[in-house]
Amino acid sequence: MSLLEAEDVLSVAANWRAAGEQVALATVTEAWGSSPRPAGSQMAVTKSGKMAGSVSGGCIEGAVAEAAMKTIDTGSPQLLDFGVTNERAWEVGLACGGKVKVFVEKLT
Amino acid sequence: MTPELLAAIEAAKRETRPVVLATMLPGGEQFLLPDPARPAALNEAAATALREDKSRTIKTGDGDVFLQVHNTPLRLIVVGAVHIAQALVPFAEQIGFAVTVVDPRRSFASDERFPNVTISSEWPDEALDALKPDARTAVVTLTHDPKLDDPALDRALKSNAFYIGSLGSRRTHAARLGRLRELGHDDASLARIKGPVGLDIEAVTAPEIALSIVAELVAVRRGASLSYMHKQAA
Repeated sequence: MSLLEAEDVLSVAANWRAAGEQVALATVTEAWGSSPRPAGSQMAVTKSGKMAGSVSGGCIEGAVAEAAMKTIDTGSPQLLDFGVTNERAWEVGLACGGKVKVFVEKLT
Repeated sequence: MTPELLAAIEAAKRETRPVVLATMLPGGEQFLLPDPARPAALNEAAATALREDKSRTIKTGDGDVFLQVHNTPLRLIVVGAVHIAQALVPFAEQIGFAVTVVDPRRSFASDERFPNVTISSEWPDEALDALKPDARTAVVTLTHDPKLDDPALDRALKSNAFYIGSLGSRRTHAARLGRLRELGHDDASLARIKGPVGLDIEAVTAPEIALSIVAELVAVRRGASLSYMHKQAA
């Protein structure tokens, strides 16, 4: 059942935390248009650079991982907004033309 | 997320109890639902999210609340530890089904043929009585043997299983429906059975047939229209 468990990002994150890693969890809270991953999709990131899951088709994972590092350092959650109306989106590039909100939190 | 909350979610998963993790946005305060101490509207929204198996953000008087669904696992009960089952089990596990293979014939349902798979060696009717298929369960019969398939289909039709499929040619299937009709199942009930099982992708080999079954499982679960498919008149 290893593949099934790999889809369960929260469990992966919990295991990393239990092993002493510093972990942040990113969750899609809203998705509009043609964004490929629905609300509830998750990605876990560790301070040491591990990554599991996804919050898009790959276009914003880098930016989310960067934000996750900040949340790991500060302990403060962030609500990120990616979409064509957002300046940051031009930088990050949601090629699909979709819009997503991503909540980033630290596992304490 | 606090360790206490994480532990509570993991405990719910172990107990196969569906829960919703509510997160106040953007502040991040979190709690689990259902919880009688929380507003009824919030509990109702959580129940809807669970039923639809869809996480979402809702607007409340206290601001946006994100509801993350932690549902009980989807289950697949495969009756018949046959060659197609060997191909079907890993496909189904990969898309998130917890699989049980039912076959009282020990030579078929061996650990060697199905390593690390939950196996029930009971007769299919007894096995299904014990497994209690619900609205998050699919049942597929693969034995071709009425002695094994029929009791499983009888029990599946009496359950809320969201998908019931049965392997067999059109002629086999017509005969099977006749026998099930004698057991008291009416046409509306019998129409729930996907037979011949699987999407019509001209599958030939066991893995191809397994793929067609898994594709149909996904299509039914997601409510696909399949309008582009030429599923031959059943």
